[in-house]
Amino acid sequence: MSEVIVHAGGLYTTVQDSGRNGYYELGMPPSGALDQFSCRAANLLAGNEEGAAALEATYIGPKLEFTDERLVAVTGADVPVSRNGEPVPTWQTLRVKAGDVLSFAMITGGARLYIAISGGVGVPEYLGSRSTYTLTGIGGFEGRKLADGDRLPLGEGGAEVREGSEVAEGLRPSFPEVAQLRTVDGLCSYRLTEAAKRSFLETTWKVTKDADRVGYRLRGGKLDFVEREQPFGAGSDPANVVDLGYPIGSIQVPGGDEPIVLLNDAVTGGGYVTIGTVISVDRDRIAQTKTGDQVSFVPVDIEEALAARRERRQRLDRIRTELRSK
Amino acid sequence: MAATTLTLPPAKYSFGGDEFVFVEIDEAMSLEANFKAMTITSALRERGLDGVVDICPSNASYLIRVDPERLHPAELVDELRSLEASAKELTSDKALPTRVVDVPILYDDPWTRETLMRFRDRHQDPDATDLEYAARINGFEGVRQLIDALSGAPYMVTMLGFVPGLPFCYQLVPRDRQIEVPKYVRPRTDTPERAFGYGGAFAVVYPVRGAGGYQLFGMAPGPVFDLKQGLPDFADSIVFPRAGDIFRYRAIDMAEFEQVRGEVEAGTFRYRIREFEFKPGDFLADPDAVNSELLEVLYR
Repeated sequence: MSEVIVHAGGLYTTVQDSGRNGYYELGMPPSGALDQFSCRAANLLAGNEEGAAALEATYIGPKLEFTDERLVAVTGADVPVSRNGEPVPTWQTLRVKAGDVLSFAMITGGARLYIAISGGVGVPEYLGSRSTYTLTGIGGFEGRKLADGDRLPLGEGGAEVREGSEVAEGLRPSFPEVAQLRTVDGLCSYRLTEAAKRSFLETTWKVTKDADRVGYRLRGGKLDFVEREQPFGAGSDPANVVDLGYPIGSIQVPGGDEPIVLLNDAVTGGGYVTIGTVISVDRDRIAQTKTGDQVSFVPVDIEEALAARRERRQRLDRIRTELRSK
Repeated sequence: MAATTLTLPPAKYSFGGDEFVFVEIDEAMSLEANFKAMTITSALRERGLDGVVDICPSNASYLIRVDPERLHPAELVDELRSLEASAKELTSDKALPTRVVDVPILYDDPWTRETLMRFRDRHQDPDATDLEYAARINGFEGVRQLIDALSGAPYMVTMLGFVPGLPFCYQLVPRDRQIEVPKYVRPRTDTPERAFGYGGAFAVVYPVRGAGGYQLFGMAPGPVFDLKQGLPDFADSIVFPRAGDIFRYRAIDMAEFEQVRGEVEAGTFRYRIREFEFKPGDFLADPDAVNSELLEVLYR
């Protein structure tokens, strides 16, 4: 079986795909690429199915040596990439042959880059997905992030895509100074005072160092709760509720001053007040912010959330169509 | 036919973004609220609606994950509202098929004691153990009496989650007999695997080692999570508990603990499980009678 030799694992590089769905009710989050658009685009450029397993690298990319001829594409964060020391573009179909080495400098924009390889990463499927869930050590490559010296198995097959095919600039994500996260109000937002609800939306929040695949902790304001006698079973803190299920993307506010946005490796439930949910499409956006970056929340309703979802679908369909027509 | 009308407020519906619908039955925990969540979610499961990805009954609420390409979340809410309308009454013919399970616990064990002693600075009462503290604030004469209460009446698994396989368990006793404890002032950074903990009005078994904020009362010799699926009870799932299960946290001694550990390591351990048709209406009418029946069925 053909493999990729991992000379350097990077900071936090894991195998991810479209996710492991249907186990939330057991307490298992779906995992999967945090920035689904970029991961799917990388797969299309490499001739794979959109949901194939690729690599997600955070902040610092890995160093990879190929052992056979493959199509490769790098998307997501802005990052200088080189093949055998020569710069190569991102968001483009590249061809590598046995012995070629792909390496990455520090990212210059965004936070996560995606590396798709034709045939996909060939680790075994676990519960219908190849995504890594490191908390319990399942899926991906031995249930963990890549380490120096790993040999990553590759799959076979995939469509032929002409080398140099690219995703038009206008279809790629941008990384504005303040990432706007569209949010559907609800869950237990009745716990916030009207002033706190306004303040939540007016505040520009800063991403703290506690920002990973489980969730992003933010700082920048203080949200007050409506006074009440705490209901039975909730616990004595005003930020406590009777333990409940957390949607992926939901925003919880332990203590009222540090909102946490849960992402694809979410804890599936707990006892903190949840006040709304970032729409699925904008998990792509928050995934491209890093410690010190700024985010703000923009209220939308369910129809706008679904429209954003359709719009992302259309962008991916356009990429697919354009790659086929060449 | 006996019927118990649920005196609960109307449920609150909201969209958890485009992929989730969250329904809060009540802000307070009660068996009534949980039974209502269970009744609605099991009816939804029976419908087998295309586009429903996950059905997660929670303590006094429930969460549904939906694929909005196949099912519009607003349509799902309409469906759930109609199910709520038909779940107003718990007639005695409404039964939840459940499993009654004997879950042995070594209370006041050396491992959780070692752990809790390391984190006294994060606890409400640094000079007592978690059991001593819980006994005092719940008005028990001592730890022995608290353990008798914890292991006496069975619990219902009212939610699964936080991490894979963690069962939130609510004791099947009227509210005036519920044991309630706060979570740690600041969460611990360590909890042993299979620790038996208690927070708010919920008992849990920690599936894996990790952080935690619940009071530590004991240790289960049997696992609730088995990634390798080596034990027969895990043949179909890496997770043992299911929402709606009824667990009895029976007090055992060190000799039985070691015997069960030996069976787990040999791959032969099986939980004692009995099928049971649990009728919430009957339970609310006479909890003690149903509890005696549960234990009778489990150990006969």
